[in-house]
Amino acid sequence: MTTTDTTGTAPAPTPAPVAAPVTDPAVTAAALALGDDALVLAQRLGEWAGSAPVLEEEVALANIALDLLGQARVLLSLAGDEDELAYLREERDFRNVQLVEQPNGDFAHTIARQLYFSTYQRLLYAALAAGDGPLTGLAAKAVKEVAYHQDHAEHWTLRLGDGTDESHRRMQTACDALWRYTGELFQPLDGLALDTTALEAAWLDSVTEILTRAGLTVPTGPRTGAWRAGAGRQGLHTEHFGRMLAEMQHLHRSHPGATW
Amino acid sequence: MTAGTAGTAVTAEAPGRDAADAAAQAAREAVFDAAVAADERIEPRDWMPEAYRASLVRQIAQHAHSEIIGMQPEANWITRAPSLRRKAILMAKVQDEAGHGLYLYSAAETLGVSRDELLDKLHSGRQKYSSIFNYPTLTWADVGAIGWLVDGAAITNQVPLCRCSYGPYARAMVRVCKEESFHQRQGYEALLALSRGTEAQHAMAQDAVDRWWWPSLMMFGPPDDVSTHSTQAMAWKIKRHSNDELRQRFVDIAAPQAEALGLTLPDPDLKWNEERGHYDFGPIDWDEFWDVLKGNGPCNDQRITQRRQAHENGAWVREAAAAYARKHTGQHGEAQA
Repeated sequence: MTTTDTTGTAPAPTPAPVAAPVTDPAVTAAALALGDDALVLAQRLGEWAGSAPVLEEEVALANIALDLLGQARVLLSLAGDEDELAYLREERDFRNVQLVEQPNGDFAHTIARQLYFSTYQRLLYAALAAGDGPLTGLAAKAVKEVAYHQDHAEHWTLRLGDGTDESHRRMQTACDALWRYTGELFQPLDGLALDTTALEAAWLDSVTEILTRAGLTVPTGPRTGAWRAGAGRQGLHTEHFGRMLAEMQHLHRSHPGATW
Repeated sequence: MTAGTAGTAVTAEAPGRDAADAAAQAAREAVFDAAVAADERIEPRDWMPEAYRASLVRQIAQHAHSEIIGMQPEANWITRAPSLRRKAILMAKVQDEAGHGLYLYSAAETLGVSRDELLDKLHSGRQKYSSIFNYPTLTWADVGAIGWLVDGAAITNQVPLCRCSYGPYARAMVRVCKEESFHQRQGYEALLALSRGTEAQHAMAQDAVDRWWWPSLMMFGPPDDVSTHSTQAMAWKIKRHSNDELRQRFVDIAAPQAEALGLTLPDPDLKWNEERGHYDFGPIDWDEFWDVLKGNGPCNDQRITQRRQAHENGAWVREAAAAYARKHTGQHGEAQA
């Protein structure tokens, strides 16, 4: 995939993802990784439509999914053609962390995934927005969105953790189950001048504070992912991912060369 | 007998009180009738006939239910949308529908019912939703056909409701109609892309229009001569036009749009009638309509089951939010019980 492919095959997409051309391959690779994170999580959240516990959450989850999809489109466009990248890559070519491909599970699992990921995104985009790298503009916009996402996840973590016995139990189970996928978030990404050690420390502080306030126990298990930390970034995913991708790509792949 | 004495006393007083009550009632009705006649808006605290209130609750609830059940056939394609742009448009649309459901439940609540009560009636089949959402979305083109035809029919129905006599409903409809018009244009544009695309895409678009055309015409309700609620609703200015008038208006708009799309409508009798200044169209299969309404459409069970399951699976979440709100009174009170 060339980094300056702006010709695409689709007729002028929406007032499109505008982003300055990026020529540094390391930056392109980082944009692809972050774009894949956002795309895959948007896809998961899209599965909630019509099944949320209250109408307000239909709106909130769709809203978050849309923000993430918007971020994905900008980031993927930095790396090439958004649709080619989303629909025509194989599972092994995706660079998202394994956390975002985990199934929705019950509402507690979705919220735990959101808490872990949106806290990471908030810290990541704040750091990128403060710098002067190629993703600064994008990060400045995204940080406002992810602050909302994190706030939403935090409030639900408190409600579920400190709600009923059942909600507490479910929330603890979810936090424990997803904990192992959180180490991967802090693998260094070439092309982004980020202090990932500081990012990880800030993330642990923030998540610990919220879980504690919610009356939950901070999990203590390994944070190595399904294989080893960093595997998702190298295209090594969990078994959930292939099915998700099959569903996402099926129609596009059935009509090669078509525009939509 | 004490009771008898008391009874006598009440009876003795009753004629005067009854007369006073009747006069007050007549005065309230006169104020209401005059307000409706003068095209003024009735507001939640105004007096209104019980039948007017009940009729509005029924209609607004059914409308709200249609928005939330209507999320399902389209949400069916969110994860499979063929481009990221189309996926974003569809997600935004389904989100808007949830928002419309929220406005409409709020409007219904101004009439003294709760959202929980209404949802309970939906889940138990005591209140209905639009028959159109009992049809399945079998291909991607169905998403475009729903936008163009189903939203188009909804708009034709709903624009006059922006002038409905009940203020909160009319104001909700202003917002709903703006967003619906936007969705309708996007649906049309999605179908146009298919119609002008590959042969397979064109065929997909035609097939979707073939399947959605008649059900869309049924959205306007039964013909005028059998429509039970229409006359009273029109007298109260809840409705402004009859079912058949609105259906004709929709056909007149949709027929030339189909031509512009390069697609045909599945009605051999459809043709412009110079004399009437309208399109003539073929007979609607009312047996199918009543059958779907009775619960025998292709997706009735599926739709209501999914809705019930979402509600039941979410019960522990709502209970948690309520428990949390009780523990932290004053904070996060927005949580739904």
